[in-house]
Amino acid sequence: MRTPTFNWVLWLLGLAALLALPWLVTSEYYINIASQIVIAAILALSLNLLIGFGGMISLGHAAYLGVSAYLAIYMTAHAGFGQLSGALIAIGSTTALAMLFGYLSLRASGLGFLMITLALGQILWGIAYRWASLTGGDNGLGGMKRPHPFGLDLTHPAIFYYFVLFFLGLALWCIARFIQSGLGQSLQGTRDQPRRMRALGYNVWLIQWLSFVFAGFWGAVAGLLYAYYHQFVSPQALHLTTSAETLLMVIAGGTGTLFGPVVGAALVVILKNVVSAYITRWLILLGAIFVAIVLFMPEGLLPGLAAWIHRLKECLHGDKKTTGVSAITKDRV
Amino acid sequence: MMRSSVLVSAAVATLLVSASLVEAADNGPLKVGFLTVRSGALAAGGRQMEEGLKLCIDEHHGEMAGRKIEVITADTAGQPAVTKTKAQELVERDGAQVLIGPLAAFEALAIDDYIRQTKTPIISPSAAAEDLTQRKLNPWFVRAVGTSAQPYHPFGEYAAKELHYKKIAIIADDFAFGHEIAAGFQRMFEQNGGKIVQKLWSPLNTAEYGTYITQIDPSVDAVFAAFAGGNGIKFLSEYKNYGMQKPVLGSMTTVDEGILKRMGDEALGVISAGWYSAATDTPTNKKFVAAMRKAYGADPGYYSVGAYMACQFLNNALEQVKSDTSNKEAFMKALRNVNITDSPYGPVKIDKYGQPILDITIRNVEKKDGRLQNVVIKTYPSVSQFWTYGAEEFLKSPVYSRDWTPAK
Repeated sequence: MRTPTFNWVLWLLGLAALLALPWLVTSEYYINIASQIVIAAILALSLNLLIGFGGMISLGHAAYLGVSAYLAIYMTAHAGFGQLSGALIAIGSTTALAMLFGYLSLRASGLGFLMITLALGQILWGIAYRWASLTGGDNGLGGMKRPHPFGLDLTHPAIFYYFVLFFLGLALWCIARFIQSGLGQSLQGTRDQPRRMRALGYNVWLIQWLSFVFAGFWGAVAGLLYAYYHQFVSPQALHLTTSAETLLMVIAGGTGTLFGPVVGAALVVILKNVVSAYITRWLILLGAIFVAIVLFMPEGLLPGLAAWIHRLKECLHGDKKTTGVSAITKDRV
Repeated sequence: MMRSSVLVSAAVATLLVSASLVEAADNGPLKVGFLTVRSGALAAGGRQMEEGLKLCIDEHHGEMAGRKIEVITADTAGQPAVTKTKAQELVERDGAQVLIGPLAAFEALAIDDYIRQTKTPIISPSAAAEDLTQRKLNPWFVRAVGTSAQPYHPFGEYAAKELHYKKIAIIADDFAFGHEIAAGFQRMFEQNGGKIVQKLWSPLNTAEYGTYITQIDPSVDAVFAAFAGGNGIKFLSEYKNYGMQKPVLGSMTTVDEGILKRMGDEALGVISAGWYSAATDTPTNKKFVAAMRKAYGADPGYYSVGAYMACQFLNNALEQVKSDTSNKEAFMKALRNVNITDSPYGPVKIDKYGQPILDITIRNVEKKDGRLQNVVIKTYPSVSQFWTYGAEEFLKSPVYSRDWTPAK
């Protein structure tokens, strides 16, 4: 097991690296990539709430990203609302949508749940594509201006990066608190032993529904930031591929870990945007990496790496009392 | 840790790049960022764009108005969000001073705000959405192809006046490009006494058109089919297999040279309109087609000629400013002022909205020299995106859409 001091040093180093990033890179391009990673990470974190902690595999998580982004842009750039009210409407309405979608999709579990979320996501995509007078159809919706909260000029890449990084920190903190809370603990109970939880008198449906709405809320936050970043949204944001990509981030990074989705988001965004400049067939590379992860680190990158480091340490110290597996399970929460 | 080391090395690399950039501010090569599509559904068009651009650069021996041209290519994967990142990559990291691309209209719209912010001149080699040069003007944008509907105003008139059709059914791809083509055609066809009796919208990824073909009103004189990508191939072969006898009118992209080579006799006799045909009988075009056939073994079509012309626009503008791009406004003005008297398109001028005024040809698919060709049967010279309307009058009506005057 790691000593806590070592952990702290690692955390501080990581945090310092994230904060210093705009000075480490000279091109604004990389700062913008970092902002995209952060936004994708927030979405992946929210999906991980469902998958990792709730055992509910959703293939419709792009719905919250897309709806929130569409609403934010439509409200501020086309319906004449201010930035703050537009943002509140976007997040509020999307969370309300998550309430409805949760109500509908939690009627089933497992594969049924997956199919319902998939269907709901496709309906939204269809609406965005077809209702051209409202959404601009396949040409998408643009004209969004980045806001100036508290006099911050968000058009500046570094300031925007800190802005989204703040939300990532907030999301991590809230989600960590949620997981440790009674509700979060009981959610993990419903994941592992739904029948036993029911027998113990827990309202499994309500626990799952509340978590679903909480995840939808953070999806909406990611959508709002997406709208600020791209200043444009098209049906692509609501497409199945966006949902699947987010799912990939969660699984690659490590389901049920706090930081796994962040690592997964970094992996996917960097492959898609940076590596694709050098390798035309980057999709094949992504597939190969994913297969490698599944083969060698079936729990995901972060738990996999932790287990490897642990094993390495064991070899170095010759300490064979604790097994790798128990260490991982303790690290997971 | 690995990531940060990657970032550090990237930082070092960009430092080096930016240092060399500063040194070579003016007389260094002009960096042209080229946004194309190499993966996904639009990759075929992207490849043709690359071919067209490469041929043009090679023709100029990599030099325009005495200045070296360096093309940096990026793959947008046909996704709007990626397009923006790639545009940033080209402009911010690679220091591109002018962009050529992207392929699809939604990609062009996705980077619209970014182009304004960074004031990067951009030449569109393919994206045809009407509003890019109409109601959503961007001062840094110039187009090297027609708008979606530009050829179909004269074509609507031609169908009514010279083909003497009275009733036509439209079938088109169900996305903005299809909607705009259909509306432009309908507007001028009906203005000249014809009537669109039916409009069928088939999804872009329709697997087979049987259900649509059987819906076609048997009393119509002809069918106007507006398809993009490879859909024209599927539609025309199934249309023939269903034993349909009504003549087919096509959009430029229904029988584009890029896909015509994969069609058989079912394409014979399809009359279409467009701003370019590989069969145009001018010395300049013959030379261009011969060069394309020599280099790539195929006739140039929509995408290859679009990228080729975008590159010629760049050349024309660079000659005007004597290859000095340090004053962006002056360079942009030159791009908006492109005037080419002789090109594969024929003569080209740019209107004040950044849209070319082009010769529109009516073409008929015939078999010549052992291959299908769009043989020109009539030319409408110098056609504006507003046709015969004044710009202001034209812009008063809303942009062409799916609901533009429903079929009666």
